Amino acid sequence: MSKQESRQGHHHPRSLSGPALRTKAIESLLVEKGLLASDAIDRVVEIYENEVGPLNGAKVVARAWCDPEYKRRLLRDGTSAIAELGFGGMQGEHMVVVENTPRVHNVICCTLCSCYPWPILGLPPAWYKSLAYRSRIVREPRAVLHEFGLDLPDSVEIRVWDSSAEIRYMVLPQRPPGSAKLSEAQLASLVTRDALVGVGLVKLP
Amino acid sequence: MNGVHDVGGMDGFGRIEYEANEPVFHEPWERRVFGMALTGAGVPPKSLDALRHELERLDPLQYLSSSYYERWLARIENAAIEAGLLSRDEIADRIKLFTTDPEQPVPRLEDPERTRQIAHALRTGRPTLRRVRHKPRFAIGDKIITRNLNPRGHTRLPRYARGKRGVIVAHHGAHVFPDSNAHGLGENPQHLYTVRISARQLWGDTAQVKAHVHLDLWESYLEPDKA
Repeated sequence: MSKQESRQGHHHPRSLSGPALRTKAIESLLVEKGLLASDAIDRVVEIYENEVGPLNGAKVVARAWCDPEYKRRLLRDGTSAIAELGFGGMQGEHMVVVENTPRVHNVICCTLCSCYPWPILGLPPAWYKSLAYRSRIVREPRAVLHEFGLDLPDSVEIRVWDSSAEIRYMVLPQRPPGSAKLSEAQLASLVTRDALVGVGLVKLP
Repeated sequence: MNGVHDVGGMDGFGRIEYEANEPVFHEPWERRVFGMALTGAGVPPKSLDALRHELERLDPLQYLSSSYYERWLARIENAAIEAGLLSRDEIADRIKLFTTDPEQPVPRLEDPERTRQIAHALRTGRPTLRRVRHKPRFAIGDKIITRNLNPRGHTRLPRYARGKRGVIVAHHGAHVFPDSNAHGLGENPQHLYTVRISARQLWGDTAQVKAHVHLDLWESYLEPDKA
């Protein structure tokens, strides 16, 4: 953000940054020419800001932990099993769910752009889209996971999934020990976005 | 294309900058850019493949120094200018106007029908699976070598994964082929496979222990490994 601040200067509190001004100019011109629907913009922003996010993926995971039949369907055909819970659509048309075990840890990425399973995780965080994550996760996954505070023993195989086609991936994390008595809803509240991407684990509070 | 977007395996981009409790959008303008991009902004890309290729073709320095939504904004601007919908002068004049009079609001145009259509399109998505007559060339467990392809146009075979030995671990049916679709040359669906490549194969002596990378690759990116 420092770049925007330096562009914007500090003498006028209401002055807009370079991209903010450019965005405003382009939006206003396109509206005047009848090429943009303002309410459609509002609506798509609302959907991804308030309605679609990692809680969807967390619900899928909690269901899989509580229902072995569901888990089997989820690992066999992610798209259909996720649709059972009402989730699907743009950037989640073809879903594959990969399961973490004591011997295998999965992590997802997109080195060529920033592909991410929108319907169950929402829009990707900035670090997922960063050149640092995109360049390094395929080359030195253990070093990258270490930066997320995740140190896995060398005995655990790391599987990186580079989303180079329209298949979108989600990690099914390991259920935390000591969670046997928790309800499905309580379990879902423990599942973080980071665990669904594979840069974190699910832990009891 | 061997573009600057193809960063897998590159060094020098530094540490991962993690932000706790990160908001979906950091700045109000990012909301508008995202919304414009998803609603087409008068210049909807012909396909997602075409959109990706437009972003890849940004000036390399601009690509590297821009944030994600700055790239999207640049794409909207370039496409609108290329299509003759906007001119550079027009945009510059409007920026001047908003600079001198920041209180000037953005005009609004309501289109409930279009809004409904777009929300519906987001729910249905755009599946890329296609029915084809030809049988898959590879089966799960087959050993393959990725081809050393260097097309000038769009491709989804990253540089770091070219000319490497791997194993087919999944078959996803036939999917729209980005290398032709991005250029308006047809969907030409091909069988799509998940290929597993060891870190050792990719990075040699500098590979980290017990790691594999999986990529989803189209049939024409692959040849049988007869060794």
